[in-house]
Amino acid sequence: MTYLPSTTTDPDTDMGPVAQVITPDGERIVDPTLEPWVDGISDDLLVDLYRDMVRTRRLDGEGVALQRQGQLGLWAPCEGQEAVQVGTARALRAADFVFPSYRESGVQLVRGATPTELIQVWRGEEQSMGDPFIRRTAGPQIIIGAQTLHAVGYAMGIQRAEALGEAPSDDVAVTYFGDGASSQGDVHEAMVFAASFGAPVVFVCSNNQWAISEPVRVQSRTPLAARAPAFGIPSLRVDGNDVLACYGAMRWALERARSGSGPAYIEAVTYRMGPHTTADDPTRYRDPAELSRWRGRDPIARVHALLRASGALNDQREADIAADADTLAAEVRAACLSYRTRDPLTVFDEVYAEPHAGLEAQRKAHSAYLDGFEEGVS
Amino acid sequence: MTALTMAKALNAALGRALADDPSVLIMGEDVGTLGGVFRITDGLLGAHGASRVIDTPLAESGIVGTAVGLAYRGFRPVVEIQFDGFVYPAFDQIVCQVAKLHYRTRGAVRMPLTVRIPWAGGVGAAEHHSESPEAYFVHTSGLRVVAVSNPSDAYFMLRQAIACDDPVVFFEPKRLYHVKGEVDLDAALADAPPMGLARVVRAGSDATVVTYGAQVTTALEAAEAAADDGVSLEVIDLRSLSPVDYDTVAASVRRTGRVVITHEAPGEAGVGAEVAAGITERCFHHLEAPPLRVTGHDIPYPPAKLERHHLPDLDRILDAVDRVLERPHSLSEAAQ
Repeated sequence: MTYLPSTTTDPDTDMGPVAQVITPDGERIVDPTLEPWVDGISDDLLVDLYRDMVRTRRLDGEGVALQRQGQLGLWAPCEGQEAVQVGTARALRAADFVFPSYRESGVQLVRGATPTELIQVWRGEEQSMGDPFIRRTAGPQIIIGAQTLHAVGYAMGIQRAEALGEAPSDDVAVTYFGDGASSQGDVHEAMVFAASFGAPVVFVCSNNQWAISEPVRVQSRTPLAARAPAFGIPSLRVDGNDVLACYGAMRWALERARSGSGPAYIEAVTYRMGPHTTADDPTRYRDPAELSRWRGRDPIARVHALLRASGALNDQREADIAADADTLAAEVRAACLSYRTRDPLTVFDEVYAEPHAGLEAQRKAHSAYLDGFEEGVS
Repeated sequence: MTALTMAKALNAALGRALADDPSVLIMGEDVGTLGGVFRITDGLLGAHGASRVIDTPLAESGIVGTAVGLAYRGFRPVVEIQFDGFVYPAFDQIVCQVAKLHYRTRGAVRMPLTVRIPWAGGVGAAEHHSESPEAYFVHTSGLRVVAVSNPSDAYFMLRQAIACDDPVVFFEPKRLYHVKGEVDLDAALADAPPMGLARVVRAGSDATVVTYGAQVTTALEAAEAAADDGVSLEVIDLRSLSPVDYDTVAASVRRTGRVVITHEAPGEAGVGAEVAAGITERCFHHLEAPPLRVTGHDIPYPPAKLERHHLPDLDRILDAVDRVLERPHSLSEAAQ
């Protein structure tokens, strides 16, 4: 048996074969694969998805603004990726556990992160968003792809819940990563482990076309979704700017995982409208025409058009949603400006769970040093 | 008391941990059906099942990274890295995730992982099978690092490592796997000396030799030979490399005034350098001579036929003892 590489599409310009149920013009169409998973979705749910996307974009804008004003050290914008984040995260249950990358602000928002949690990492006050067990969502992972293994391990733990004296469950672990991460060994190892153990885990690859300045064609000569079947994992390649397609694909993947059929993989083809982070300058490596082409595929605009046409969104409801997003932004700004840095000696806390003689001596020494300042040090 | 090899003692410790705590899992390459390439996990699959003794794909980062996820879910994974030189593909997960998740989440996420590493040289192995990577892990905050030197410590320290709420990198000297020693399998874990404490394994008065792992055996041989020559050496087994038990080490050096530190790993920025600095800070006014290190050379681990020139032997230790005692030695004019 001989296997040959499939024809390479150019993801920069060619959407290729992607599953879609709402066109960029806001027309609802039927995709045979996704239709069973989106059939009968109510207008109310669509409005909710729209609201979450508007909130995510508003949060993103506020994050960039706060960074430009020197209030945040860094921000990783997700403008353009609201549909994949909101659509997939909204399909989850509270008991599912999410292991995201650093760009999933929309996922964190949907999972219930507070304004303070949303900015504390980027303000340099904390290294995570706090206790991940409260909303079963890990904080931003900065090492590219490392979190995919954590999700698989967590899913292996779900399979073994009875060993801990817990009732068996159909919970699922979910991991988010990007097209750049798809080149990391950890992502491949995660797929090997997931497939070999039939772990209830869903891989969500947000292919936003760029890993800082590296286009996706440097990462792969085949669609990323084509890789998963080689590991024994079924995959879907969906329009990542179509929130309903993302929601439906996630329902398909979750159902597989919950029913004991093992892992599933989604490649959501989307686009990062802004820079990689606020420290990046995409004008050095991206063609403005490309950005403009993708602006025409805006994930929020198409749902807006669909909901306006159906009458599910009227002026009043739209204004309420916009006001709600403004309130969120104001809360994030207030949380940011009111943040008070914790006591310096707390940097020694929680390095270890049990006492560590070497570190305790260092804490004592640094405490004595700080006490030598008459004014105190904060 | 039972006479056991270190390999059997480790096997007994793992079996006991699995039996006592349902959250303990064993993971690694060949740990199940084969019982591990060194047979440390022999019989555990049969006794505890494939759900708890997991033969993994051949991927070190995958083994440690999935163990992180299992720890998130409430398990206490015990991971076997098949050989010392194979830990490097898992290095990122160990130093960036395992070591830091507790700190990153301000204590919300615990990482009670034990990473077992069959370790170091002297067994005539191929490249990558004789390395001493301990300094990399000692340098990483958030990890505890221990090294065992006898079957009794192997049994109790492994159980302590598994019970510890912090991640522990656990070094097992391959060349001692089949050396027997007395182990009290019925003694309570609470009565065993804590794994963070160093131990004086031979009392002496003229100089202190600080070491760990298989090198403890070599240091004891050196002390025996020195005694024939009228020199009394105290030998300390560090047992814990992070944190180092400086109370025990400094108390000895304050009495003897002279210290030699020996290990197999290359000397540059190694554990010996750290211990020499720690001793100097604490005992400067008690020292009669500069602390000396006797270590592996700063070279890649050499081919097996040449490894005896790399590993510090009894005579290299005694030569350093002569130097700290200001007796004729290899570098003195009398020897040239």
